[in-house]
Amino acid sequence: MGETMILRVAHLYPEVMNIYGDRGNTIAIRHRCKARGVEVEVTGVGVGDPFDPDDFDLILIGGGQDREQQRIAEDLAAKADAIKGAADQGMPGLAVCGGFQLFGQRYIDHDGSVIPGAGIFDVETRHPGPRADRCIGDIVIITEFGEIAGFENHGGRTYLEPGQEALGTVVRGRGNNAEDGSEGAIYQNFFGTYLHGSLLPKNPRLADELILRALRRKYGQAVELPPLDDAVESAAHDSAVAAAERRSAPTVTRWNGFAGRLRRR
Amino acid sequence: MHPRASLAIAAGRLGAATLHRLSRGGTALPGVVALRLDPRLATRLGRQLRAGRLIITGTNGKTTTARMTSAMLEAAGSPVLHNREGSNLMRGITSALLAYADMRGTLHTEPGTVGLFETDEATTPLAARALQPTAIAITNLFRDQLDRYGEVDTVAAFWREALAASPPGASLVLNADDPSVAELGTGWSGPVHYVGIDDPAHAGGPVGATDARWCHACNGDFRYEQRFFAHLGHWRCQGCGLARPEPDTRATDVHLGLDDATFTVDGLGEVHMHLTGLYNVWNALCAIGLARTMGLPNDAIRAGLEAVRPAFGRQERVEVDGVGMRLLLAKNPAGANQVVRLLSAIEQPLQVAVLLNDRFADGQDVSWTWDVDYEFIADRVSRCWVGGDRAADMALRLKYAGWPAPRAVERSPAVLIDAILRDAQPGEELFVLPTYSALLDFRQDLVRRGGTEAFWQT
Ligand SMILES: [Zn+2]
Repeated sequence: MGETMILRVAHLYPEVMNIYGDRGNTIAIRHRCKARGVEVEVTGVGVGDPFDPDDFDLILIGGGQDREQQRIAEDLAAKADAIKGAADQGMPGLAVCGGFQLFGQRYIDHDGSVIPGAGIFDVETRHPGPRADRCIGDIVIITEFGEIAGFENHGGRTYLEPGQEALGTVVRGRGNNAEDGSEGAIYQNFFGTYLHGSLLPKNPRLADELILRALRRKYGQAVELPPLDDAVESAAHDSAVAAAERRSAPTVTRWNGFAGRLRRR
Repeated sequence: MHPRASLAIAAGRLGAATLHRLSRGGTALPGVVALRLDPRLATRLGRQLRAGRLIITGTNGKTTTARMTSAMLEAAGSPVLHNREGSNLMRGITSALLAYADMRGTLHTEPGTVGLFETDEATTPLAARALQPTAIAITNLFRDQLDRYGEVDTVAAFWREALAASPPGASLVLNADDPSVAELGTGWSGPVHYVGIDDPAHAGGPVGATDARWCHACNGDFRYEQRFFAHLGHWRCQGCGLARPEPDTRATDVHLGLDDATFTVDGLGEVHMHLTGLYNVWNALCAIGLARTMGLPNDAIRAGLEAVRPAFGRQERVEVDGVGMRLLLAKNPAGANQVVRLLSAIEQPLQVAVLLNDRFADGQDVSWTWDVDYEFIADRVSRCWVGGDRAADMALRLKYAGWPAPRAVERSPAVLIDAILRDAQPGEELFVLPTYSALLDFRQDLVRRGGTEAFWQT
């Protein structure tokens, strides 16, 4: 291929939704593209900024504090149709923690107030109130992209509607709701998850999956990503898994969707 | 005296004596024992400090500010009772008081002794209720260790609760450059003394991952005329117009060296300190603010500031086998970004060892390393080493920051130090950036090699 491929990344609300090192996800996308000669343009899209999905190949959004998320909810409502429309058309994306919650159907606060989400994922998040434990700790999940490790820190509990696929099954930690063993959600090429870490640097297969889906959608199915030397990435991944094995309880899974899906393949 | 209190004091003192014989730090245990027996002990003892009870809190700089304030008080001839570093929960405060208490619950401190209490953010409401402070200084509010306290708003709420529990006439010393701290002065019933930096030469540059802050009063966005670091600067609310208060104590002409700093304060002239970094200028300003609210003379303020040497792990220089190492605690994104900023000002190749632990004291979530601008000094680093429990995670962070491949990635401090001593370029400065518990481990091994003294002797 003669032309240089360009990956245009929209980083939504970078000033607000940037808690727990989620900007590492952008850094990882940049690094792994650059190593393959793919140019990356990252554009921060903030409150009040215009947003046209046609200008982008990949959408990233991180997590924020509860109060911060309420602040962007109004602006997100104005962009929701565009984002949902793009996801329907196969736009790849990654929504972490608060971003995952906001891209669900709705977020119900403990006082009963409802913040409507962008509706990409058929999930509902409920906050059990300030007295309930936050889900905090090391987490390992099994996905179709292998074992993924990170750190979760969320008050809200997310529940999948029937038919909504999870991103993975929790092995250690709490996941969507600390009850059913599901973690995250997938809609077409859009991934939602509670995993910080940062997630993509130490889970390079997932990073490459996002990059590949974005490039193939733009440049065709012939696009391949040459493998990289991921020794440092693998060591960091193993270090996070070891931390989870040391500190987070094994999880009994009642959510069976993903295991069932694995068996079907 | 309540019999329960006597029993508590006896138990606490016995614990202290035992610990002293074991001679290994353990600064908080007597307080734990005594508090379990009498939770009101800190109140009974603390309020006997009639010359003044000062509380210092904040995400970063508590310890340094407390040490500076203590030195100023001592220079003014005022005896000080204070809790030791790392003992900033109620039990540590109680231990500090117990050391001076007799069995009847009477404090035997010299007349005019001022109580100086460095308190953990979440402990501040309890400490304020128990001690009824005459002054409270708040250094800054960063979203540090959120896996412990949840969110920035939670910490601000702790402080509002502490103010509500304090005497209405207590003096507040607040960092005007931190909107989340300065806002706490709005509507306060007693005197408020604001401190801040007025030197545009230090605005801009690497500011780290800035987290958005907005007005507590109207939810409006803050705009910055000058931003020094993270969310610290000259701010104004776009909604209600609330702005950075005019500082009562301001630093101008700030000059930062590798080992020391000077700045000018209205009414005080040029002051010098053996600490560097913009963050220490804010710490010094908070200490000066506290000293001024207590009416300490200028000479004592200057002498106190001059007397302070870097605290444990902050700018300490250690020499082992001819290799000089500077230890620069980098325990959270704010601290690490400040250190990166400091290193970026050094005009020579940098040898750097970065140590990342993930124990409770460090914060178990290592995500924060991605919020540090290690990129900013990537082309300056000549050699690096990576250590700590999560060395592998740190090695990845630095790889993606564009640093040269590390000479060693090693979890064991002893093996790491061997590698550093083997590969370090003689004559070039070497900087060690550890998290809190990594610093303890690393330093302990340096002690073993005769490079420095034990923690509890310094
Ligand atoms: Zn306002």
